[in-house]
Amino acid sequence: MPRLQGRVMSVVSGSDRVKTADKAIELLGGIERFAKPGDIVVIKPNAAFASPPMLGATTNPDLVAEVVKLCYKAGAKKVIVTDNPINDPASCFTISGIGKAATQAGAEIVLPGNHLFKPTTLPGGTLIKNWPIFFGPFEKADKLIGISPVKNHHRSGASMVMKNWYGLLGGRRNIFHQDINTIIAELAMMVKPTLVILDGIETMVTNGPTGGSISDLKRTNTMIASCDMVAADSYGAGLLGLTVSDLPYLKKAQAAGAGTTDYESLKPILTAVD
Amino acid sequence: MRIVTVRRISQVFFFSLFVWLCIVSTVGDKLWQLRNWPINWFLQLDPLTAISTALTTHTIYRTLIWSLIIVMPTIILGRFFCGWVCPFGSLHHLVGLWANKKKSASQKVQLNKYRKAQCIKYLVLVLFLSAAAFPSLAATLQTGLLDPISLITRSFNLVLVPIADRAANISSRFYEGAWLIFTIFLAAVLLNLVIPRFYCRFICPLGALFAVLGRFAIWRIGKNQPECINCKLCEQSCEGGCEPSGNIKIGECVLCFNCRQDCPHELINYQTQRSSAGETSPDISRRGFVLSVASGVLAVPAVRLSNKLGRNWHHKVIRPPGALAEEEFLKRCVKCGQCTRVCPTNVIQPGGIEGGLENLWTPVLNNRIGSSGCQLNCVACGQVCPTSAIRAITLLEKKGLGEFAGAGPIKIGTAFVDRNRCLPWAMDKPCIVCQENCPVSPKAIYTQECFNTIRDGILTVKVATDKMIETVEQTTLPNKFASGDYYCAVEGEKKRKITANTESTIEFSPDENFGKIPAQGSKIEIQIRLQKPYIDIEKCIGCGICEHECPVSGKRAVRVSAEGETRSSDRRLLLKR
Repeated sequence: MPRLQGRVMSVVSGSDRVKTADKAIELLGGIERFAKPGDIVVIKPNAAFASPPMLGATTNPDLVAEVVKLCYKAGAKKVIVTDNPINDPASCFTISGIGKAATQAGAEIVLPGNHLFKPTTLPGGTLIKNWPIFFGPFEKADKLIGISPVKNHHRSGASMVMKNWYGLLGGRRNIFHQDINTIIAELAMMVKPTLVILDGIETMVTNGPTGGSISDLKRTNTMIASCDMVAADSYGAGLLGLTVSDLPYLKKAQAAGAGTTDYESLKPILTAVD
Repeated sequence: MRIVTVRRISQVFFFSLFVWLCIVSTVGDKLWQLRNWPINWFLQLDPLTAISTALTTHTIYRTLIWSLIIVMPTIILGRFFCGWVCPFGSLHHLVGLWANKKKSASQKVQLNKYRKAQCIKYLVLVLFLSAAAFPSLAATLQTGLLDPISLITRSFNLVLVPIADRAANISSRFYEGAWLIFTIFLAAVLLNLVIPRFYCRFICPLGALFAVLGRFAIWRIGKNQPECINCKLCEQSCEGGCEPSGNIKIGECVLCFNCRQDCPHELINYQTQRSSAGETSPDISRRGFVLSVASGVLAVPAVRLSNKLGRNWHHKVIRPPGALAEEEFLKRCVKCGQCTRVCPTNVIQPGGIEGGLENLWTPVLNNRIGSSGCQLNCVACGQVCPTSAIRAITLLEKKGLGEFAGAGPIKIGTAFVDRNRCLPWAMDKPCIVCQENCPVSPKAIYTQECFNTIRDGILTVKVATDKMIETVEQTTLPNKFASGDYYCAVEGEKKRKITANTESTIEFSPDENFGKIPAQGSKIEIQIRLQKPYIDIEKCIGCGICEHECPVSGKRAVRVSAEGETRSSDRRLLLKR
């Protein structure tokens, strides 16, 4: 990862997603640092499941809409919101509320279609070899913003920013569950986000990553914005009561140069909004 | 405007409307998608569906009352539906015209003459109604096989529109066995090359029903004087094949009005008196009638000898949520394919005959097709069923919430893990994709952790420290054990996660230490941590997302079958519920 100028990570506590996210981005230097006039910005939420927003299995639609609006405010030419979900794609964007919220904010929704996948080989990768990657929506993108919830995940331990890139895999991607830590680390090597936002206002502490009940969620009132996804996820692990060593993919990603698990070294700005 | 022109406009209008309603049966809120379009309109207008479901169930589903809109005028006017409204009829009409346009007038007269075999359609009708009419013996609703509205709805929605959608990159839906639906549709259309409106004249049970209903129509086509020059021009474009020039077979007349237009002497009218040249009612022999009734009545118990409704029921006949118990379901399903069409995940498929002959084209879930099993937050299929073979349930009922909490969620089957194929169970590979995707809370798929010693995984210590062990054996591929799933088991010690390895060394996280460093020459075991999936059959709703997602892509390692489905008490698995 290229050395970043300025602050790399901010953590804002509060109960309101929009306010905390605004503050977290502002603390990193404002959206202007990440989206320039004329940019095409792609936002990758977690839209994996056809599940309503209140159940927290997908990225909160208000949060997506807010980031879309911010990008347009910064002068972005176009904002694309896209994912290659697990459940039926159209249903996922409809039922999660992301489709409507993002469209109303002016973004274009791109659903996966065969023509948007491209066989890709990750240099230095062992699993992503000539594998179909959902590359179409990112082809002309200037900036990439990942927005993910914090969720329990039985196989990998936690689904946060890095696990959310799983949505870029096409084909029979489920076979990668045999080596989940390696595939997540390779995704982190492959994807170079401009900014990641980890929404820990509510954390799915049980029954993840699908959830399905309000009782699977716990209020944790934390919004993380970072240019270092490994640091963001390392911080997020704490919201699930996990440590860095509970999530082997963090160390793997760090070793691959995708970021640092030692988020304290980034001197994250901590603050609170009401 | 000439009446034939009005008839043509009507045909174009209703055919276009039909195609439009097929197109808009797509889930979504755009103008050309579902919204509130009356996509069942043609099916609801179909009196054959109303009458036959009334025979099987002794009830009339409320929306089928709409069929009176067609029945009433038919009684007064005759078979206007066939000639003016029916989209399948209009298609035959057009193909027949096009196929024979170069023929001479006398050839056309030959094509359109009355044939005795036109009575077959009445026998088809009698056969189907007889099969439906005797619930004390066994009643089944099979009209949908040949009912023109069901047939064309099924053919458009499950074959033609999906092909168009694919070409236009709108969606890629798959339908198992669609080739058979297509073949029958194509055959029906191509038969117009042999005889125009072949299907309408010889096969259509709905046309036969209209002929019976319109038998005492007040207005009818006929000649206003018995004698004429016998030019037969009136028969060159006769759509029904009813011979208006002579003794008209009034039940065959589809009110196309071509005869009236083609008669150079204006001798043919739509009038209240019978044709001056004579009129004959549907020509069914008593013998044919009795044989049809007998065949229909006997066909049902004959089909049911295979006992598909009893203990020989087929476990793969998984019905959509809200479907009635199988016997009641078969009394209502008209095989129209609307549920199959509207299912947003494409998991509902036209059934084959593996579940019995009656299962053909009825909705069956196939989790191998489609985008993700039966979606938890969806009840679309029941909302579109025109006969309530699938009840219009709410999400609350489907999920067993609110007032339905006592009844629990609707189960459409139960998932079973095939331990001989499952990666963690059979092959010592981590996976649990099924558990990840199980949508209910708490999950119906849970796991138990175990540590299995890998093949050739017992190694001998050469040198050991707290952070690393060097082994005597030099067999391992570098970093094979570094995936985060491999552990080192040493007797008397807590298992330690391996973080890296070379050919002859394994490394551990520096955060922990051994209680006692393993001695040289002692044995250690390389183990893989597995989470083995189990199904909690009390929680499983049979949605099939696990089966859909299972990475064992041939015969899936987790598969749903219909055991435990809520709709039938005799297929339950649990002692209590």
